[in-house]
Amino acid sequence: MTTRSRARRAVGSSTSVQLLLSMAAVVFALLAGALVLVVTGQSPREAYGALWQGAFGSRRSIGETLLSTTPLIFGGLAVTVAFRCGLFNMGVEGQIAMGGLGAAWAGYWIRGLPACVHLPLALLIGTACGTAWGSIAGYLKARLNMHEVITTIMLNYIAFNIAGWAVSVGGPMKDAGQLPASPIILQTAKLPRILPGSRLHAGILIALVFVAIIWYLLFYSRLGYAIRAVGLSPTAAEYGGIRIARHIMLTMAISGSLGGLAGAVEVLGVHYRLFEAFSPGYGWDAIAVALLGMLHPMGVLLSALLFGALRSGSTLMQTVAGVSRDMILVISALVIFFIALTRSFAGTHGVSPGGKDSAGVAEGS
Amino acid sequence: MQAWLKVLNLAILASTIQIATPIIYAALGSVMSERGGVINIGIEGIMLLSCFAAVVGSYFWGPWAGVLLAMAVGGLLGLLHAYLSVTVKANQIISATAINIVAVGLPNLLVPAIWPGHHAVSPVVPRLADVRLPIIADLPVIGPVLGRQNPLAYLALLLVPVLDFLLFKTRFGLRLRAVGEHPRAADTVGISVTRMRYIGVIVGGVLAGIGGAFLSIGYQSQYSAAMTGGRGFMGMAAMIFGNWRPFGALLACLLFGFADAFQAAAQSASILPVSPRLLLSLPYILTLIALAGLVGKTVGPAADGKPYEKG
Repeated sequence: MTTRSRARRAVGSSTSVQLLLSMAAVVFALLAGALVLVVTGQSPREAYGALWQGAFGSRRSIGETLLSTTPLIFGGLAVTVAFRCGLFNMGVEGQIAMGGLGAAWAGYWIRGLPACVHLPLALLIGTACGTAWGSIAGYLKARLNMHEVITTIMLNYIAFNIAGWAVSVGGPMKDAGQLPASPIILQTAKLPRILPGSRLHAGILIALVFVAIIWYLLFYSRLGYAIRAVGLSPTAAEYGGIRIARHIMLTMAISGSLGGLAGAVEVLGVHYRLFEAFSPGYGWDAIAVALLGMLHPMGVLLSALLFGALRSGSTLMQTVAGVSRDMILVISALVIFFIALTRSFAGTHGVSPGGKDSAGVAEGS
Repeated sequence: MQAWLKVLNLAILASTIQIATPIIYAALGSVMSERGGVINIGIEGIMLLSCFAAVVGSYFWGPWAGVLLAMAVGGLLGLLHAYLSVTVKANQIISATAINIVAVGLPNLLVPAIWPGHHAVSPVVPRLADVRLPIIADLPVIGPVLGRQNPLAYLALLLVPVLDFLLFKTRFGLRLRAVGEHPRAADTVGISVTRMRYIGVIVGGVLAGIGGAFLSIGYQSQYSAAMTGGRGFMGMAAMIFGNWRPFGALLACLLFGFADAFQAAAQSASILPVSPRLLLSLPYILTLIALAGLVGKTVGPAADGKPYEKG
C-alpha cells in the first residue's frame, strides 16, 4: 500500500476530519460554481445573493427550503442504505416517479375513506411502487449479477415513460382537463400544511422519523449489521454466514421504498397530482446528499438541508439573476468531485452476489 | 399484414444504422476504457458535453471543427476520469457520476450565455452532410442501406474492425489488455500500468466525443437538454453483451438500433396496438432483456474497475 492511499484511508476513518472535508467540499463547490458564473458572464454576487434570499430571506422561503429538504432526506437515505451494502442506487429519480404515480392514483381513485386511513394508505401505495421498482434492480443484481448502475438507470427511463404515458392523452390516469396531468387528489389524501404562510407540509416530520429509523436499522439492528458486512467485504460476510443475494435484494427493496416515499410525499404534500417530471432532479441531488452526508443518516439530514436551501433558492436566482436553476446540478457535481478526490471508499467498490469482492480492496494492499 | 410489410423495408435498416451509430461509439469507448481496467460510467456525460461542444464548434467554425472540438472535450474528460481513477484512485463510479451530473447542468448554463434568449435548446447549426458512396449506392439491397450515410456513421463501422485488430493483433492491444487482466504481471514485465490505463480511458473519451458529435451535428443539427437519453449507458450494456469485444458490441448496437427503428416506423404507420408514449421505453427494456439473457456467459477483464497499487 502506498503512503498516499494509507493516508487517505486514515483520513477516511476520523469523523471530525470527514466533517471538515464535507464542509471543504461545499466551500470548494460554491467557489468553483462562482467561477462558472463568471465564465458565463454572470455576477456570482448577484446570483448567490438571490440564492440566499430565496432560501432564507423570509418565513415563506424558509418553508420552501424545508419543503425541498423533505424529498432529499428520503432520497439521501435511499442512496445511503444501498451504498452501505456496496450498491449504487442511481435509480432514485425513477423510484420517485413511480412513488408519485402510485400515491397520486391512490389519492384520487380511492374514495370514501377518512383522512386518517386514506393518507397513510396513499403513502403506503406510493412507497410500495418504489419498493417494486427498486426490487427489480435488486433481483437482477442478486440473481443475474447485472450491474445495478446500468439496470437502475434503464429503469429510470422506463419509469419516466410510464409516468408520462399515464397522464398523456389516452393514458389511464389522464385528467379531463387540458393539462397532461392526473386528477387532483382528494382532500383526505393531502399531507397537512404545518407552517402558516408557506407550503411546508407534514412530510418533513415523516422524513425526520425515517432518519431515526434508518439510523437504527443500519447501526443497531441485525439486518443493518449484515447489510454493512456485505458492503465492507462480501467474502468475509459470506464466511460469516450472511447470505449475500438475499441482502442485496432486501437492501434494494428498502432503498427503492425510500425513493418511492420521496415521490409519494412530493405528490401528496406539494403537487396534489401526478404530472411528468414533477421532480426537478431530487434523485440526482440525493447522490450528492448521501456522499456529502458521509453515508450516515444524521449527515444526510444536514446535507439535505443544504441542498434543500440550494433548490429553493435557485428559483429566485433564476427569476432575479437570470441564472438557470441547473446551476444546482453543477454545484452537486462539484461536491461529488471533491468528495471523490479526497475520500476513500474502501470496501464500497461494488459487491457481486457470487461472494467475490468484485473490486473490494485494492490489489496487493 | 400489408401494413406490416410496408414497415419492414430497407429504409428501416438504413435508420437502424443511424440510430445505432452513437451507441456504437459509446460501446467502443467503453471497450477501450474497460479493456485497460477502468470502468467509465461517465461515457453518457462525456457524450452529452460533446454534443454541446460539437454544436458550439459548428456554430462558430463549421461542422468539422465541431467534430474536432467534441473529440477534444471527450479526450479532456477522459483525461479527468483517468486522473481520478488511475492516479488518485478515487472510486470510479462516484467520480464518473459527477461527470454525468455536471454534463446535464452545465450546457443549460452555457446555452443562454452563448446564445442570449435561448434556453435548454441551441439554435440550429450547420450539420455534417451525408455522403453518397459511388459504387455501393447503386448496388441492390446494400445500396439503400449503406449507400448514403453520415461520414461519422461510416467511421463508426470502420472503427469496429480497426479497434478489434488493434486490441487483439497488436503489441499495443496486448499491453492494454494485460493491464486490464493482470496489472501486476504487466508491471513486472515493464509495462506502465498507469500509462496504458490513461491511454485507454482517453481514447474511450475521444470515441464518446465523436458519438456526441454525430448525435448533435450529424443525426440532428442542434443541442437540446439531455439529448443523449441514456445512449452512453446503452453502449456500456452493448459492450457487456458483446463480451468486451468490438464486433460483439456492434451486434448489440445494431439490435438496439433495429428495435428502435422498427418501433418508430410502426408508430408512424400506426399499426401497433400499444400507445406510442409507452413504446418509447422499448430500447431500455430491450437493453435489460439483452443483459439478462447473458447471465454468466460473458466475463469482463479480471482487473476491471480495480485501482492498481504498486506493491
